[in-house]
Amino acid sequence: MSEFSVELRDVVKKFPTPEGGEVFAVNHVTMQIKNGEFFSMLGPSGCGKTTSLRTIAGFEWPTSGEIYIEGEPMGHRPPYLRPVNTVFQSYALFPHMSVAENVAFGLEMEKTPKQEIKRRVGEALEMVKLTGMERRNPTQLSGGQRQRVALARSLVKRPKVLLLDEPLGALDLKLRKEMQLELKALQQEVGITFVYVTHDQEEALTMSDRIAVMDGGVVLQVGKPVEIYERPNCRFVADFIGETNFLDGEVRAIDGDRVTVYIPRLKDELVGTKASPVRIGEQVVVSLRPEKTRIIENKAKMGNCFSGKVLNIAYIGSDTRVFVDLGGVSLKVWEQNKISTLDPEAYYERGEQVWVVVMPENALVLHLG
Amino acid sequence: MLRKLREDKSFQGTILISPTLLFMIGLLIVPLLLTLVISFGSRAPDGTVIYGFSFHNYVRLFGIRTECAGGESICFDPIYAKILSRSLSLAFNTTVLAILMAYPLAYFIARAPLKKRNTFLFLILVPMWTNFVIRVYAWMMLLRTQGVINGALGWLAGLVGFHFTPLEMLYTQGAVLVGMVYEFLPFMILPLYTSLEKIDLSWYEASADLGASPFRTFLRMTLPLSMPGVVSGTILVFIPVMGTFIVSDLLGGRQIVLIGNLIQNQFLIARDPTFGSAASIILMTMTLIVTYFYTRKFGFSEEIVVV
Repeated sequence: MSEFSVELRDVVKKFPTPEGGEVFAVNHVTMQIKNGEFFSMLGPSGCGKTTSLRTIAGFEWPTSGEIYIEGEPMGHRPPYLRPVNTVFQSYALFPHMSVAENVAFGLEMEKTPKQEIKRRVGEALEMVKLTGMERRNPTQLSGGQRQRVALARSLVKRPKVLLLDEPLGALDLKLRKEMQLELKALQQEVGITFVYVTHDQEEALTMSDRIAVMDGGVVLQVGKPVEIYERPNCRFVADFIGETNFLDGEVRAIDGDRVTVYIPRLKDELVGTKASPVRIGEQVVVSLRPEKTRIIENKAKMGNCFSGKVLNIAYIGSDTRVFVDLGGVSLKVWEQNKISTLDPEAYYERGEQVWVVVMPENALVLHLG
Repeated sequence: MLRKLREDKSFQGTILISPTLLFMIGLLIVPLLLTLVISFGSRAPDGTVIYGFSFHNYVRLFGIRTECAGGESICFDPIYAKILSRSLSLAFNTTVLAILMAYPLAYFIARAPLKKRNTFLFLILVPMWTNFVIRVYAWMMLLRTQGVINGALGWLAGLVGFHFTPLEMLYTQGAVLVGMVYEFLPFMILPLYTSLEKIDLSWYEASADLGASPFRTFLRMTLPLSMPGVVSGTILVFIPVMGTFIVSDLLGGRQIVLIGNLIQNQFLIARDPTFGSAASIILMTMTLIVTYFYTRKFGFSEEIVVV
């Protein structure tokens, strides 16, 4: 058996445009998804994540390249002959069948004996906590319940890989958070490889073992959530995952991992950490996460200390979001409110003169683009 | 009064439906009752109606006669029963053929790009711009012994050097069937299209994803989900085919008499409105019975039925 559940090798998918041209929905994508992994494809709409998923499911065939499932090349194999199942964004529950009939459908197609179908449908519905709903019609269920039926319908077939296309997209925030944890627990329970498509970065970070960040049909970075967040390899990933500040600059010196960048806006040099390969003299961008940037009231005797003025403050309870004018750039700084106090002295004021400090390991020097 | 009109919703409703209601009562319910009453009467020698209450028209329709050639007191004359069964089987065949022809077409249109769909639907309705009777006449031109089809076949046979005897196509049951299917096909295509178009593409994908081959997807998704269209189309085709007389008159000649022709003849030629009325009532009853059992089995238009 192959080490990888799903493998995309140099997959390209082109679609004709109405103007007669061509558009690359997926542009030379190579991905390896390990057995039993919770793998997410994350990106804005139109980044190629859904098309990639559909080529794995067999709804689309790659223009070029190959998809391997369990080490087997899929070629132009139709969906009904692939060992994968899909949970659709719209759930696609069959309106003319009850909940139990929906879940039984896939087993009937495998010609499973009636007794076994009954038992497995019961188990699947129990797993998604829908026991007792067997005879309901999908229209009589809430959004969350429909979601569970769609899950049960796919999982009852015991696929090698479960493909999920923004399955929580239609749910409200609270239910979505609940389902995120449930889905993750379910995946660990059944031990099936999950390939999960989402545009919600928080969802991807919460649930995934690994994430592929995509944009414009290209995979920009593949890594564990912590790698994606702490060591984004380009400006797009740093921008898309979480919040960050960008300062444009030019590389002056490189010493191992440490890179000295001249920031024209600050008329000063900043020492950061190399997050993508850069050369001396290259135009780069420095990413500063708002929660990893600090504000102090007096100039410190250390590097990476810049003077600024408080532009605006937003108190949101757990944090205070401070916006500092730093040489014409509005810099976001999240200050955790660690001490409970009503003393106005403890909080910043608009127009206050402050100093912003960044540790070199928190300033990531990135390629442009 | 004005205040009532402004505030009372059910009064507003009554006002709004009353023109149609009066129209239907005056021109449908009353004539229908009249037909029923006349069917129990008997014909006067001058062709007018002598009102009464007698079932003799119905007895005659079912072929039970008291004056028999063999001298028996009661015997069975199957002539009208034959007309009834011929009408039923023709309506049945027309409906089945129409379903078989309309289904692939409706499916094709429903799956075509949105912009093209309207063009296709438009094209289906274009023949309707021509008068019904003229369209039937056109079929006569095609099917005649000296008609277009025989002409073309004769020319082809001449090319390969065969001797060709023109086919006798007009004035046959087949000609009537072809004409009926042609006339009523759009009434099958449109409701089928409507129900096929409503089928979400993701249901097809989910079905394939769960292991159903295209054929099984058709049986388990397309067919049951399009049943409302099949039911509406069947009703729209079966009922008028049962009653028309123009198609059978022109394409079937004297050989193919349907219940519609019988009714027409009784009123216009035999001048026996009582027997014509009885035949009308029987036609309506038969149609109602068939429709009733059919819709009970397959559900009525809006319902979705599991097969």
